[in-house]
Amino acid sequence: MREMIISELTQAMQEFTRGFAHILPRIIVLVIVAFVGWAVAYFLRLVLRSILRLVKFDKLSESAGASQLLSKAALPSATELLSRFVFWVAWLGFILLGVSVLGVFGLQEQIAKFFLFLPRLFVALLTMFFGLLGAGFFSRAALLAAVNANLPSPRLLSVAIRTIIIVFVLSMVFEEVGVGEQTMLVAFGIAFGAVMLGLAIAFGFGGKDMARQFLEERFVQGRKDEGKEDELSPL
Amino acid sequence: MTEVKSAEESSLTDDFLGQLISVGEVDILVGVPTHNNAKTIGPIVEAIQAGLLTFFPRERVAIINADGGSRDGTPGLVVNAAIGDERRSSKMYTLRTLHSISTQYASSPAGGTALRTILSAAELLRAKACAVISPESTQMTTDWLAALLRPVYAETFDLVLPTYRRHRFDGILLTNLLYPMTRALYGSEIREPYASEYAFSGRLGSHFLTQNPWHEEIARAGSEIQFTLSAIAGGYRICQSFLGTKQHVERHSADLVPALRQTVGALFSSLEPNFSLWSTKTGSQPILTTGAEQEFTLEPLRINRKRLRDMFSTGVTELESVFRAILSASTLAELQRISGLDEEHFRYSDELWVKTVYEFAVAYHKSVISRDHVIQALAPLFRGRAFTFLMENRDGSAGDVENNIEGLCLAFERMKPYLLGRWNGRE
Repeated sequence: MREMIISELTQAMQEFTRGFAHILPRIIVLVIVAFVGWAVAYFLRLVLRSILRLVKFDKLSESAGASQLLSKAALPSATELLSRFVFWVAWLGFILLGVSVLGVFGLQEQIAKFFLFLPRLFVALLTMFFGLLGAGFFSRAALLAAVNANLPSPRLLSVAIRTIIIVFVLSMVFEEVGVGEQTMLVAFGIAFGAVMLGLAIAFGFGGKDMARQFLEERFVQGRKDEGKEDELSPL
Repeated sequence: MTEVKSAEESSLTDDFLGQLISVGEVDILVGVPTHNNAKTIGPIVEAIQAGLLTFFPRERVAIINADGGSRDGTPGLVVNAAIGDERRSSKMYTLRTLHSISTQYASSPAGGTALRTILSAAELLRAKACAVISPESTQMTTDWLAALLRPVYAETFDLVLPTYRRHRFDGILLTNLLYPMTRALYGSEIREPYASEYAFSGRLGSHFLTQNPWHEEIARAGSEIQFTLSAIAGGYRICQSFLGTKQHVERHSADLVPALRQTVGALFSSLEPNFSLWSTKTGSQPILTTGAEQEFTLEPLRINRKRLRDMFSTGVTELESVFRAILSASTLAELQRISGLDEEHFRYSDELWVKTVYEFAVAYHKSVISRDHVIQALAPLFRGRAFTFLMENRDGSAGDVENNIEGLCLAFERMKPYLLGRWNGRE
């Protein structure tokens, strides 16, 4: 009985040693790949940070309004954030490559899925950035046009345009990364429709006098000249 | 052959090219850019014809109408215009055929393309002297052509710019920004750098045609000011001629932003390529002027001053985020301070206005935001400055108005180092 236990234990120990000896080189490979990956990712981060600083990416993101969003969320600058993102994606990619060497059942498939997801994530981030850039540009254009046309509440108009564009961009981003695709689409449709209906009703009821005044001034000659004052001729 | 090639490059239509070739060569060419000007164009073309017949009866002349897709029959009116009996005098005779040609350069108006068409035609016809006349100058007299063309045709000037008798509150953008800034930067005391009537020599026309970056957006709008600056930069001989009364044209407040784009946008964009020229100039020199340099009329105008000031204050409040990207903190703080003042105490001083304009020029150069947005953001501030100009000159004589403009010009000249400092990133 005693010999049997010792034999089983010895056998188990030998199998463990054999297994460990079998997996040890793979673990070493994993560590090496992870270390090389860290070095490559760090290098990429340095290069990208320099390029982004050179092209004044922070200024671009500031004019897009992305910097304000980042500072509100207590996040670092856009240059730093993008550099860190690239660092982590690159390093994680290398680590997963190393892990795949271990030959763990089912892990290969998940790693393949992760790598397939990366382009979509990149497109989503790109969409987000250019969306914010567009939102900043168009909201500022609306603000300037409204101020110069002496319209009431120009900032409200500008914020409304910015919000609509951002909501639209977010729905595109979520669709791209596949998070709650249907839910986001339906939610966006409902929210957008509600806003448009609300605006239509508000302008319909609230702006009927303005519309009448505009039409009278435009088409009824008598009213048009009433109380008219000279406007400065700039040239 | 060379002319045909350059005309082809400028994309003149075959029909127009054919008509020009049938004209042959001319001594004088008068260009009239139009777009839906049927109401005013008739008397203007009559005045041009009468002017040509009276003052240049022996010269070979052509009138070229560059039309931007009029739908009211303007080109027909130009081509078929005939001098009425009331204009015809005993001195009026012609020894040669007076050619009138009209061409549609595009289906929508574009000032730069219209000028390019006229310049191409002038080059093709080897015109010695050319004049451009605005289709809105209803007070044009036959003398205008002589005043504009003689210095080029009979003397050796390359560019003749107009001076007018204007209402003291007309052309506030000219008197408060374009004239003083052009003068301070380029050292020439040109009263109307953005002229609607002017004359030029064939060689200056050809120079501008080849030098100007026509592909750029700014070449399509604001080419008039670019033309003046090109003549200054090229060292061409420039003079001014007094034409007479410039009619007060009724404008809408919506006209201000397009006017800023055409003039201030073009002026700001000229700073980059001409940096070596303007950065070394100090002071300014008067240029030869035939007749009065500028005259002001003082009749009262009903101008809504309150609206101007309100639009300034609203602009300063609402556009704070935009101004933060364009202006220095001290300038913005000063603007915010004066925007809170009542009408009696409100004053947008010369120094503050000059600082504002120079900071806008630098923001435009550095593209801190979209360049078009920089120009649009200037509109409410210009209204504030216009309000101050109205208040300062409401009871003043023509001499007082002139003195105030001169004071502003000197402020622009005095503060030029501030512009250079910011341009080079030292301030």
